[in-house]
Amino acid sequence: MNKNTFSAALAAAGLALAAVPALAQEQAGSLDDRVNQVFADSTGWFVSLIFSNFPGTSFPWIVAWLVVGATVFTLYFGFIQFRAVGHSIALVKGDYSDPDDAGEVSHFQALATALSGTVGLGNIAGVAVAVSIGGPGATFWMILAGLMGMASKFTECTLGVKYRNEYPDGRVSGGPMYYLSKGFAERGLPGGKILAVLFSIFCILGALGGGNMFQANQAHQQITGVVGEYPGWITGLIFAGLVFAVIVGGIRSIARVTEKVVPFMGLLYVGTALIIIAMNYHLIGWAFGQIFAGAFTGLGVAGGMVGALIQGFKRAAFSNEAGVGSAAIAHSAVKTKEPITEGFVSLLEPFIDTVVVCTMTALVIIITQQLVTDPETGLYLLNEAGNGVKTVGDTSGVGLTSAAFGSAIGWFPFVLAIAVVLFAFSTMITWSYYGLKAWTYLFGEGDAKELVFKVIFCVFVVIGAAAQLGPVIDFSDAAIFAMAVVNIIGLYFLMPIVRRELDSYMSRLRSGEIMKFK
Amino acid sequence: MSDKFVVGYDGSVAARRALEFAVARAKAQGGTIVLAHVLEWSPYSFLTPTELEERHKRRREEMARAETAVLAPVVAEVTDSGVPVESVIRYGNIADILGKIATEKGAVQIVVGREGYSALEARIFGSVAGTLVQTAPVPCTIVP
Repeated sequence: MNKNTFSAALAAAGLALAAVPALAQEQAGSLDDRVNQVFADSTGWFVSLIFSNFPGTSFPWIVAWLVVGATVFTLYFGFIQFRAVGHSIALVKGDYSDPDDAGEVSHFQALATALSGTVGLGNIAGVAVAVSIGGPGATFWMILAGLMGMASKFTECTLGVKYRNEYPDGRVSGGPMYYLSKGFAERGLPGGKILAVLFSIFCILGALGGGNMFQANQAHQQITGVVGEYPGWITGLIFAGLVFAVIVGGIRSIARVTEKVVPFMGLLYVGTALIIIAMNYHLIGWAFGQIFAGAFTGLGVAGGMVGALIQGFKRAAFSNEAGVGSAAIAHSAVKTKEPITEGFVSLLEPFIDTVVVCTMTALVIIITQQLVTDPETGLYLLNEAGNGVKTVGDTSGVGLTSAAFGSAIGWFPFVLAIAVVLFAFSTMITWSYYGLKAWTYLFGEGDAKELVFKVIFCVFVVIGAAAQLGPVIDFSDAAIFAMAVVNIIGLYFLMPIVRRELDSYMSRLRSGEIMKFK
Repeated sequence: MSDKFVVGYDGSVAARRALEFAVARAKAQGGTIVLAHVLEWSPYSFLTPTELEERHKRRREEMARAETAVLAPVVAEVTDSGVPVESVIRYGNIADILGKIATEKGAVQIVVGREGYSALEARIFGSVAGTLVQTAPVPCTIVP
């Protein structure tokens, strides 16, 4: 190569390099679209498989899967969620805790941490979606699903504690991947290991998606709703920085502040809802009338009674995660000699999450009359798209909840925005842990391996906040529900073990062998 | 029977004064010392999932540190001075647990030091000595 051609080549290369950014800029929009398209094409089959309907109906089989599971556990354990509530509350209060175990993880702490992972956007945005598509009747089915889900939680959290790992250095952790592998081996059943690996893969995907990108995305939308539009990556970087500081930097103060503020926000939310309901006390009877009537007739809602039922069941499952297996990870570190006690405690979780908090949201939306009815027939009017009930301000999701609270208390939408952001953050912290546990199950423990996952997790925070990645979020929701497919198969095979624990515990409780310390 | 003095001891200067006071009394009456170290703890606090996983490990570490760094040196010192001494490490509300230990051990008195907060500070942050005066099952001496 002579000097001339060399410089010509250099110049050409320079030109090409200079052209790259311009080209990239030109194609940025289409590049994003292309990434979306490629992702959607390669994962779409998985999403449509998980969310596909029974042939000839609009009923997604995954919802039936969760509800059938909850029903089986409810019947198998003889309506444990209604029989044991008193004992559950006594356990949470610490009546049965050995004072010598002070300083260990209490039942209350395990429950509070698990709740911080589930109470969040599902209770605020999800319920609004359910009520605006399925009408007030969806609330009835949502409560029913919440009550049934208590039995699923009971089963999975008992197993979580029974088959947890107690490491020589004193750490305690567990979850579905451990009860699937250890429990199946103990019963001499094949396939436990395969289910555990599948569960872990779905759990990692669910943690990055529903437990991370979805949260970051919704938090960003809330912030822009208050302060105005700005690029999502800024929110993403701030969130990622905070998450990084907590999970990699071990800066506990941030987590500790969140863990203290979140329960306060939850109480403030429920308290405000109660005040709004009390202010309209004369409408309470009417609201419940709407809920019951809507549950069985549909009151003119698109899809009628079945539409209300699907929405109620679906949002309840999204919100309380009963049967998904995630909570079993958080509950497994509790200090107890009897695994079943954590089952009793965990069944309060869907109750608080769905039967109390979700119902509050629904009641506020109904009572403040955000849903438009026809004054002549009393039936609900459909929105222009025809896929849901017409709302006063044409709002949906968080916007509808916000409008409902705002119509009674003008400044509450700001508090709600803060609450959503905090809920999103605490859900991310909790799910980063769930994902990490699945990761270490697959790849083994070790600082370097764990750091890889934590960094990936933080990167996904930025992606989630910055991009409108519909297909990615669909995929991650699908992954969370895929966890439930694997987990509930396992629970069917392992429920006799829980039954044995339950019978033994109840007989010792009755004979007075297990006594209160207080 | 020899009289038992429960001393709330956390390694601080104030606790040190309380201990010296109690040792002098015990020596004079032929009594014994129960050295009580209480780690502030509430079963109703909120923890992250990672903290849950590591709680048992941390508790072991905290107890070992309390034993070797806080209690062991003074136990040796008090023993050398000729007063029999035993030590207890517990988790919980400090005033509450000191009262419980006094009851369990059949102690005649609880001795604690005080940091000398103003009334306002005590009201905001709470004061072990103040609470103890209200709740102690046995006579209580507060050493300034």
